[in-house]
Amino acid sequence: MITFDRVSKRYRAKEAVANISFHIGRGEMVFITGHSGAGKSSLLRLIPLLERPSGGSVAVSGVDLAELPRRRIPHLRRGIGITFQDHRLLGDRSVFDNVALPLLVAGIPYRETGRRVRAALDKVGLLNKESAEPITLSGGEQQRVGIARAVVTRPPILLADEPTGNLDPSLSTEIMHLFAQFSALGVTTVIATHDLPLVEQLGHRRITLQAGRVAVDTARYSR
Amino acid sequence: MSVAQQRNALRRRLGAWAAQHGRSLTATLGQFRRSPGPSAMTAAVIGIALALPAGFLGILDNIESMTQPWRSGWQASLFLERDLATASQKELAARLDKRPEVATVERLSREQALAEFRRYSDFDRAVELLDENPLPPVLIVHPSTGLSPSATDELVAALDDHSEVERVRLDREWVERLHAMMALAERGVWLITALLGIAVILVVGNTIRLDIENRREEIVITKLLGGTDAFVRRPFLYSGLGYGISGGILATILVEAGRWILSPPVNRLASLYDSSFRLDGIGLSGAATLLAAGGLLGLLGSGLAVGRHLAAVEPA
Repeated sequence: MITFDRVSKRYRAKEAVANISFHIGRGEMVFITGHSGAGKSSLLRLIPLLERPSGGSVAVSGVDLAELPRRRIPHLRRGIGITFQDHRLLGDRSVFDNVALPLLVAGIPYRETGRRVRAALDKVGLLNKESAEPITLSGGEQQRVGIARAVVTRPPILLADEPTGNLDPSLSTEIMHLFAQFSALGVTTVIATHDLPLVEQLGHRRITLQAGRVAVDTARYSR
Repeated sequence: MSVAQQRNALRRRLGAWAAQHGRSLTATLGQFRRSPGPSAMTAAVIGIALALPAGFLGILDNIESMTQPWRSGWQASLFLERDLATASQKELAARLDKRPEVATVERLSREQALAEFRRYSDFDRAVELLDENPLPPVLIVHPSTGLSPSATDELVAALDDHSEVERVRLDREWVERLHAMMALAERGVWLITALLGIAVILVVGNTIRLDIENRREEIVITKLLGGTDAFVRRPFLYSGLGYGISGGILATILVEAGRWILSPPVNRLASLYDSSFRLDGIGLSGAATLLAAGGLLGLLGSGLAVGRHLAAVEPA
């Protein structure tokens, strides 16, 4: 589903990602771990083409992103649900409107919007908060609104950047289990996190980055 | 795919397209409602900028229609050959009278011309010293009303072409001067109109630029979620259109209010001159023109701002 082939990304002199290769299959759940600055976020940003790699090639669903013209980028992004550490919800809109935004962008008919937004909110356990303003929610709740927004269009790929960054352990476990559920439904899920104990506990495939290079890829050992 | 299926698919896509536009429009209107202050201010600036040239052009139009009857109020004096026989003079006058552009022809024989000259000048004694009448016979031609300037010129040329006519003199200089002045004023108003039009484009462009700055995060997230450039652009273009059309409506109201305020003194002035002149409004077509001009300028301004500033907002 996602293939990195000798990918590198340089910012001026600094090499954020260097010569990385891996393949993530359909429905797989993968943790990208490493210290801050190891290149986790830079790696994730290459998948929805928030950045283009300086070298090597990235392929998503069999499409080489280097050959994807600029005007096709929106279509690529519609197939990828993304959540952020700082949630990036729109503060001037209700939870419902935030979650509905991807449907609006994708041009889903209005009569379907309500049903799908409520289904997504139900999945993350926030059905009763649909008219709340994001600012009134706790960090864990905001993260879950972000997840609902990422999955509302039922994308085949889900990317999460530090989804448990500011959460206490029990909430973190809850969030990770939520991602595991989507993965079980066939969604390819890639999560960047530095919460190693939690990752160990969940036992999915883990790619550990060190100074922009792959230090450990547990899939290789299990083969 | 069968034809019916294709037609259905097309209808669905058209429906989705219309629905997206509808939602952008609703969102824009909602935004106007949420921040009525700044939106109204922008619309007011546009309204005043459009009302000024519209008002000036309206005044010029009124002057034009007021002076229209005088425009054909000129007359041409044809000085004929001095020794032209009276019969020939009469025959020429009759011939000219038959032309459709000519209303009436007055004939002054040499004797009548001399009598007039005596009456209107102090050269009475001087004339008596002359042993013969120096004046030629004259035909005074009054054109029919509503003659266009080019038709007037053609008529004068045709009158001059007759071999019996020595010289044509027109007394319409002052009308021509008035119209030249009005043409100058009109040119000036168009110049001001162009400048104010540019001002409207800049005002809308700046408003939209601030709007883009304020909604930066929303734009970034929309692009992250796969919003196309057209999708991101649309609400801003609708805003520009909205500002422009509101400005156009306001300009129409301002111009009509100005007419309402000026009408009583104008009517009094007209009645003092025994004229039935009334100030004309800009009418339905004028209002439609103002709205269309406002909308177009607003769209242009927002288009410029969107083109310049939206590309710079990319997810990072």
